[in-house]
Amino acid sequence: MMAAGSPDARQPRRPVPESGILMVLVGIALLFEVLGWVIQHQSFLLNVDRLLIIVLQVSIVGLLALGVTQVIITAGIDLSLGSVLALAAMVAASLAQGADSYHPVYPALADLPWIVPLLAGVAVGLAAGLINGALVALTGIPPFIATLGMMVTARGLARAYAGGQPISLLTDRFTWIGGGAKPVVIFLAAAVVLHLALRHTRYGKFTYAIGSNPRAARVSGIRVGRHLIVVYGVSGLLAGLAGVVTAARAASGQAGMGLGYELDAIAATVIGGASLTGGVGRIGGTVIGTVILGVITSGFTFLGVDAYYQDIVKGVIIVAAVAVDMRRQRRSGKA
Amino acid sequence: MGGGAQSEAYLLELEGIRKSFPGVLALDGVSLRLRPASVHALMGENGAGKSTLMNILAGILQPDAGTIRLHGRAVTIESPRAALSMGIAMIHQELSLMPDLSVAENIWLGREPTRSFGLAVDHARMRRSTGDLLERLRIPLAADARAGDLDIANRQLLEIARALSLDSSILIMDEPTSALTERETERLFELIAGLRAGGTGVIYITHKMHEVSRVADEVSVLRDGRHVATHAAQELNGDDLIREMVGRELSERFPKQNVPRETVALEVRDLSLRGEFTNVSFRLRQGEILGVVGMVGAGRTALAETLFGLRPPTSGEIVIDGRACSIDSPHAAMRAGLALLTEDRKDSGCFESLSVLENMTMACLTTRYARCGWVRAARAAEDCRRLTESLHVKTPTVTEQMGRLSGGNQQKVLIARWLLTNPRILILDEPTRGVDVGAKADIHRLISRLAAEGMAVMMISSEMAEILGISDRILVMQAGRVSGLLERSESDPETIMRLASA
Repeated sequence: MMAAGSPDARQPRRPVPESGILMVLVGIALLFEVLGWVIQHQSFLLNVDRLLIIVLQVSIVGLLALGVTQVIITAGIDLSLGSVLALAAMVAASLAQGADSYHPVYPALADLPWIVPLLAGVAVGLAAGLINGALVALTGIPPFIATLGMMVTARGLARAYAGGQPISLLTDRFTWIGGGAKPVVIFLAAAVVLHLALRHTRYGKFTYAIGSNPRAARVSGIRVGRHLIVVYGVSGLLAGLAGVVTAARAASGQAGMGLGYELDAIAATVIGGASLTGGVGRIGGTVIGTVILGVITSGFTFLGVDAYYQDIVKGVIIVAAVAVDMRRQRRSGKA
Repeated sequence: MGGGAQSEAYLLELEGIRKSFPGVLALDGVSLRLRPASVHALMGENGAGKSTLMNILAGILQPDAGTIRLHGRAVTIESPRAALSMGIAMIHQELSLMPDLSVAENIWLGREPTRSFGLAVDHARMRRSTGDLLERLRIPLAADARAGDLDIANRQLLEIARALSLDSSILIMDEPTSALTERETERLFELIAGLRAGGTGVIYITHKMHEVSRVADEVSVLRDGRHVATHAAQELNGDDLIREMVGRELSERFPKQNVPRETVALEVRDLSLRGEFTNVSFRLRQGEILGVVGMVGAGRTALAETLFGLRPPTSGEIVIDGRACSIDSPHAAMRAGLALLTEDRKDSGCFESLSVLENMTMACLTTRYARCGWVRAARAAEDCRRLTESLHVKTPTVTEQMGRLSGGNQQKVLIARWLLTNPRILILDEPTRGVDVGAKADIHRLISRLAAEGMAVMMISSEMAEILGISDRILVMQAGRVSGLLERSESDPETIMRLASA
């Protein structure tokens, strides 16, 4: 008798939430294509090397963006990622030096298998993330402040670690990790894992629930504090991985690595449709947001535009993305 | 009201108002007329279009078609500000106060009295006029109190005071008594009577039949976005009205099917929470519905929250199935077989940005659907569809966003959430607050059935009819203490009121 109200899964499917932002990406790419023919008399897109470089140069920021996406879904923020990347890069590099190093950090630990620095870097990131999470979950310090503290502290540790000196002459086995297109592979693999985790696991459902309504999450039996610690831990872990890849690619560890990357990562996430008020956001959107940043950087370089102007445009795009998102929320929120 | 009604000009006339949202026609040519110095009640199930209609009047939404005439002149109400300047004030069902501001600041927000050529807020004058206003309305609030510190009932009173401070000619009240005690409700009715005598037209949205006959001159019924009927309040017949609202007969308003068993499911011994309640003891048997009544502030909600591990008790013991339990979190409470439907759906119930499916299955992901952390989506969707059907949840799909459902349907989804956890003890805090008549009957039927199946149910409610209708025993609380425990046979409204207000 309730035929009209009976819910049915086989309704016409709504468009994928990422389709809007994908159109933006295509639009920007086509714009550069047209400008490319007009100004440089060559194609922007029909160039395999360029397309690879676009993704390659955003893979590192992309790894950070994946982590911060889930933090933002919980209505939090993580400002420490760039600094944690640098610290992880330093630690990883110090354990990846060859026996021929000029000033080894640990002379006794030369020529270790490549897995050791990899795991050490990831572990450093994880530890930093867990501390962030514990600060947020157990002390009630706002995420902005807790991770700001970690941002400054981790950068300081990265500088102090080798007395301010870069760490170089790393083993070939280790630098192999960052070679060729491997950062892209790592980034995309991490994206697939996180996408599945957020959409199809209990971990993901709880993450969205906490961001949507933390009190209701607690009443529903979710151990909110414990879960937040894990979420920030995963974010730190990815920053650690990004640090390892950065060190491997540069064949060195430098304390200034990843400076300001956390802001690019947050920007990519927000462009990708995540809401800073929590409960909303998707890995697919973040990946596209990351690629948009890459296309803009690459496109302007291709056109010969000064880096200063690139930042101006990036800033405008970030604000515009949020403005569009707010309008969308207002329309769907009030029924 | 009087003889000259025919020639009397209308204060407000709505004609053929239409409004559609993506996928829904919320209002389909609704007309409504409000006379000056009268109270016009507006009834209908949740989702009937009452709130949409009122949001149009308050300038929050724009109609797709139709005319609004104010004092006989056609007007367009393009914003809430425009509505206010035309003398239309609305008291929202969802409270809209600034928690960090004082009572006075909330009342005068946006139109604070100023001094020094408008550069500074004249706090002294603001406090004085607040005092006058509250005095005149006989609302016992301190002008300096922080709005966030007030309980729901007092926040509601503050909301009313703010609307009345505008000297509006039309006042819209959306279920103003849902959080008020009987005494506060009585005072509100006196207030309304006073306003009516002064010429104000009041549109009064409610679900409560007795309120209509108590305050209204006329009553209009909406159903599925259409105007069904308008009656003079004297010729009102409750059953007709329910039929008009629901479109079907409600055979039994309070079906009672359960018989309590002997086994004690939950025993509470001398439970105390400092500042909230003291030495509360009672037993809840399997298959029993224990009603809990008390004025706002009697400690009922705090008791429920303590039992469910949301607040640690200061002292006392909770015994479940004969074993003393230490319940220090909702997680632990759920493992002990408890479930709690919280009082405030929006604040601590719904995940509005998530789907109906996710809302319904969130509390039992671990126990029911997760295998090594992976959610078995097909099974979850299957259960969700089954429950939305059996509980008559009106939603286009199980993937619909929770925030788009009406209050009654959200409540059913939340009840379903707890049923999926297979609780042995179900605590319900105001399960039918802000829920329409049809959904309410559904919920009552469901509670009775669950108890009949052996579940122990503790139901907190401020609605006397509901408490008397389905409880096996009634626990009365007064100022943090148990002031009475009545058997069904010995409970009547007078006894309960006497114990609750002693």
